[in-house]
Amino acid sequence: MLRFVVRRLTLLVPILLGLSILLFLWVRALPGGPAEALLGERATPEAVERVKRLYGLDRPWYEQYLTWVGNVFQGDLGVSSRTQHPVVEELLRTFPATVELALTAMIFAVGVGVPLGYLAARRHGTWADHLSVAGSLFGITIPVFFLGYMLKFVFAEKLGILPTDGRQDPLIDAEHPTGFYVLDGLVTGNPEAAWDAVTHLILPAIALGTIPLAIVVRITRASVLDVLHEDYVRTAEAKGLRPGTIRGRHVLRNALLPVVTVVGLQVGLLLGGAVLTETVFAFPGFGKFVADSIAARDYAVLQGFILFTAVIFVLVNLLVDVTYGVVDPRVRAG
Amino acid sequence: MVFRQRGRPDVRAVDGVGFSVAPGETVGLVGESGCGKSVTSLAVMGLLPRRGVRVEGSVAFDGTELLTLPPDKLRTLRGRELAVVFQDPMTSLNPVVPIGRQVTEVLVRHRGLNEGEARREAGDLLRRVGIPDPSRRLREYPHQLSGGMRQRALIATALACRPRLLIADEPTTALDVTIQAQILELLKTLVAESGTALILITHDLGVVAGMCDTVHVMYAGRIVERAPRHDLFGAPRHPYTGGLLASVPRLDQPRGTRLAPIAGSPRDTIAWARGCAFAPRCPNRVDECTCATPELLGGRHGLRCFNPLRSGPVQEVAPR
Repeated sequence: MLRFVVRRLTLLVPILLGLSILLFLWVRALPGGPAEALLGERATPEAVERVKRLYGLDRPWYEQYLTWVGNVFQGDLGVSSRTQHPVVEELLRTFPATVELALTAMIFAVGVGVPLGYLAARRHGTWADHLSVAGSLFGITIPVFFLGYMLKFVFAEKLGILPTDGRQDPLIDAEHPTGFYVLDGLVTGNPEAAWDAVTHLILPAIALGTIPLAIVVRITRASVLDVLHEDYVRTAEAKGLRPGTIRGRHVLRNALLPVVTVVGLQVGLLLGGAVLTETVFAFPGFGKFVADSIAARDYAVLQGFILFTAVIFVLVNLLVDVTYGVVDPRVRAG
Repeated sequence: MVFRQRGRPDVRAVDGVGFSVAPGETVGLVGESGCGKSVTSLAVMGLLPRRGVRVEGSVAFDGTELLTLPPDKLRTLRGRELAVVFQDPMTSLNPVVPIGRQVTEVLVRHRGLNEGEARREAGDLLRRVGIPDPSRRLREYPHQLSGGMRQRALIATALACRPRLLIADEPTTALDVTIQAQILELLKTLVAESGTALILITHDLGVVAGMCDTVHVMYAGRIVERAPRHDLFGAPRHPYTGGLLASVPRLDQPRGTRLAPIAGSPRDTIAWARGCAFAPRCPNRVDECTCATPELLGGRHGLRCFNPLRSGPVQEVAPR
């Protein structure tokens, strides 16, 4: 197992090198540049030249690349041309928010999706099954921003039971040593702040988790349907085991294998940021920051953030593979 | 036993199949694929899906009617008093659960053992069915075991609570011939030792010849001939039984002798309501066969045929 993990982590090196070159060229292929974006439409060519020289953008791209890689190895991702803050700082500020949101969304998707999918499969062909299939189709097709505004309208504005936006009520006096607000509330002994952070997560997590939820329902349903027809489930029935044992040990343990894969991919995607959800709920996360940086042609931020996302994606996939080995002994052998 | 599917006429898959098994006795159910052998065994165990299947009649186990027994009561009998060994050991074991757990879960459930006791007992069971190094095998997963070992593990599980009725549904079909012999020998010994009643389902007449006290030959969902083993092999009366025996390769005939298969396929059939389902393939067909339904008549040697074989050729099928 350890050798497997080490091998996968070693593979990360060429992946990141290749990716960083592509990335470097890609941000430079965008029309316009940071200098133009900073100075606006009426900037004189001389002014643009001056700013370019200031950021070293007048040098050939491979020179810029080598400098950048050298800095990356020293933990320096450069400075944002838009906010003038170090990219690393911006990362540390926005990433915990996104992690919190993504994990809450996935807990929602898996916690609701797996039982629903299981039930649909068990009641295969009945109205409950049809309803869940139709519902999940609806969940996949409904636009996230629309769902977000609807949730906000109903639960925050009409019913007033949940906050409309942000991560924390500004009136609450809370410290943020880690950047994960729920965790911060707990470690600083401020349960009120933790709970407030949780309530701020609920609506965006539902909006963000609806598509993964629909996917999890469908995969679980299909997978459970397959497994229910397996001979070993019949064997388990023939042993006279309790329904709960059959469900947990013999049906779900096998049926959840494909769900693990899907959830892993979804977590990877969600950690890349959720522009729409973050915008609707004014949630200061990764996605919105990246979107704004694209508009400003903020090369340093784009390079740093996307590189970071790639590392996260690979790590999540590694985690999925390791999990797979834990749940499925046949994978462990290979 | 009726299978129903919306938009289609009901299918009467098995009809009028009646037999009884005494402790220590081995009864064979023989027939081609699709004749209803396995479905019969699933009906006995109450393992058919409740939706879409209707089972009529009676399954009496030591005076208890199983068909009307509430599901949770049936669950306490299954695995303890009634056990099955299924056909395919490759798919009948859960791939993600260690062998040990799959054996011990029956012991924990029905005999109330704790994990430690159940593990020791499971080790003993594996040893009894001839699995070497049981403590290691208990920790392993199905994919690490050979087919024969898996079948042994399934048998060990089935025997874990010393059931009074064991149904073995083609227990050797998926295995090599040498392993087949070992498994059958094992079943034979276990039945003899524990006085378990055994229902052996097979399409292999060699297996029947070696194991069964009484044999029921099924065709298209009905029993067409029923007889003690010696009578059946010595003097088969039903043309279908005769055909089955004639299609077994024999050692006492010169090499290259052609086998005599039964003409047609099991799909060439007519509904039992209109006549004898075997009539389209039958060499002994008379007019009556396609206009009246034959009944299962006769006592020890029962027969469902209008024009049975007079004195069939004496068959010696090598017992397995």
